Amino acid sequence: MLADADRLKKAAKEIRKQSLIMTHDAGSGHPGGSLSCAEILSALFFYKMKYNPKDPKWPDRDRIVMSKGHASPALYAALSEAGFFPKEELKTYRQLNSRLQGHASIYTPSIDICTGSLGQGLSVGNGIAMAGKLDSKSYNVYVIMGDGELQEGQVWEAAKSAAHYKLDNIIAIVDRNGLQQNGPTEKLMRIEPLAEKFHAFGWHTIEVDGHNISELVNGLDLATSIKGKPKVVIAKTIKGKGVSFMENVSSWHGKAPNDDQLKQALSEVEAN
Amino acid sequence: MQPGQKTAAIRDGYGKGLLRIAEDNDVVVLDADLQDSTRSLQFGENHPERFFTMGISEADMVSTAAGLATCGKKPYASSFACFLVRNALDQIFVSVCYSKTNVKLVGSHAGLATGEDGPTAQEITDISVMRSLPNMKVIVPADSMQTEKAVEAMHKQEGPMYMRMSRMPTPIIYDDSHVFEIGKGYILREGENAAIIACGTMVSESLKAAEELEKEGIKATVINMSSIKPIDRELVIETANKTKAVVTAEDHTIIGGLGTAVEEVLFENRAYVPIEKIGVKDMFAESGKPEELYKKYGLSHDHIATAVKRVIYRKAQNNRG
Ligand SMILES: Cc1ncc(C[n+]2csc(CCOP(=O)(O)OP(=O)(O)O)c2C)c(N)n1
Repeated sequence: MLADADRLKKAAKEIRKQSLIMTHDAGSGHPGGSLSCAEILSALFFYKMKYNPKDPKWPDRDRIVMSKGHASPALYAALSEAGFFPKEELKTYRQLNSRLQGHASIYTPSIDICTGSLGQGLSVGNGIAMAGKLDSKSYNVYVIMGDGELQEGQVWEAAKSAAHYKLDNIIAIVDRNGLQQNGPTEKLMRIEPLAEKFHAFGWHTIEVDGHNISELVNGLDLATSIKGKPKVVIAKTIKGKGVSFMENVSSWHGKAPNDDQLKQALSEVEAN
Repeated sequence: MQPGQKTAAIRDGYGKGLLRIAEDNDVVVLDADLQDSTRSLQFGENHPERFFTMGISEADMVSTAAGLATCGKKPYASSFACFLVRNALDQIFVSVCYSKTNVKLVGSHAGLATGEDGPTAQEITDISVMRSLPNMKVIVPADSMQTEKAVEAMHKQEGPMYMRMSRMPTPIIYDDSHVFEIGKGYILREGENAAIIACGTMVSESLKAAEELEKEGIKATVINMSSIKPIDRELVIETANKTKAVVTAEDHTIIGGLGTAVEEVLFENRAYVPIEKIGVKDMFAESGKPEELYKKYGLSHDHIATAVKRVIYRKAQNNRG
């Protein structure tokens, strides 16, 4: 694993750089929540998940549902890094005739479901997990959610269903960056105590530093080792992580960097 | 309803239809605590391992069905039409239609035919709402047997579909020899003076209206437009050209439903014939017996017959002018 850490850090760095370039080139998009989940995606795609880029719909693959579909730049960057499509194609993000829509969609190789309306991904993940059980498959389902997203009622409907059906092949990951579109979650609509909430719904909860690769990797390993109930990894992160002027600033939720900002942002990410 | 006429609830056909397709192991059924009413319980009792009670959580149910579909399962998700369509519309839009997942949605207790439960449960907007969603097909069977056959047809075709059913017993129109095709309308009666294009419970009302009109020497065609999207365009145009007078009949708001769909086809094809739409005017109804509600809110066979006379009169005016 230790030898892996550098590789995973490098992949996270690449996801950050590409997310910044994509949103800059498109002139729109969501950099803040893309930067906060770079390590999460890196740990999933380059450590944890089994998949085959040459056979994107391989029935035994682990599934990922990007429930916070606005963070599509990070997902697209991870997918291209994993070999699902050429890196060149990232340039088409948000452009006409592109397979890379503004929010994650089925038009991108390997993506199973469209998202972008927050709150639906955990239910979708449950359905995939139920199908896995019916077919006696061993794949796991990873659902990435925003912390603001947890304010949606449907998330808690799904939390209840996953526990009821003992879906231990589902692992929810909360990108707990503390901010939503208009400011801090705890100021706008409190979601704490979060671990206790999931616990009360019948979930096993794991809390990690979402920018610390080895904590993430250990947390994910622990999650897949626990049987009989659904698991949630609450990953404490920083919105805009890696770019000083974006970190913890909610206005970078849905705004593209200009030329100068991109230049500075890329050099900061590179130096990190 | 004629005395002695055989009846069954349209929703009964759903339970039976699910059993017809149950041998396909990929068929899974979900319900939101209305499985006794929608009749999906019939499947649940026979195949408990492929039946999921989702609790009173329609949004979760629909997205979960979508997830199952991404793995090759063929989910049927049912509830009352009102809760399914209104509580889970965004999920139907994103997880089902936009994602092109092979989810079959089934809403029972549609329309004023729901009766005593009142306007909350009398879903009168589902046809227009579901019809407007890209990738969605909309089916409204007219009796219990046609519902069984529709379930089989839905099973054979991939992609998002919505089937609308009603609660009360309605006359049996079809027998087991009926071949149901998605996209096809069915002529039940032929007459040259006017055409009634109806769906669901209003098909039997229309047949009754046609019988009464016949006694007065008026011959009306009756079409069961059980597939509203895609609609049977050829049949609509052909019938309009033949009869030059059209009445539509649906237990649904007249805004955006079957009547509007028929008008769209007629106008697009420059078939400018007189048309009258029978349906719920832009309003909420109230509690009452289905027959009472049909009378008070303008959906009974009498209203249909009067509308037929009106279009025939307008046709005559046109001919004179
Ligand atoms: C149902 C729904 N309501 C509103 C939005 C608009 N929206 C997009 S992102 C966002 C904030 C999301 O915050 P969070 O889930 O914390 O994501 P992150 O901070 O990680 O980007 C909002 C309100 C949406 N996409 N979906």
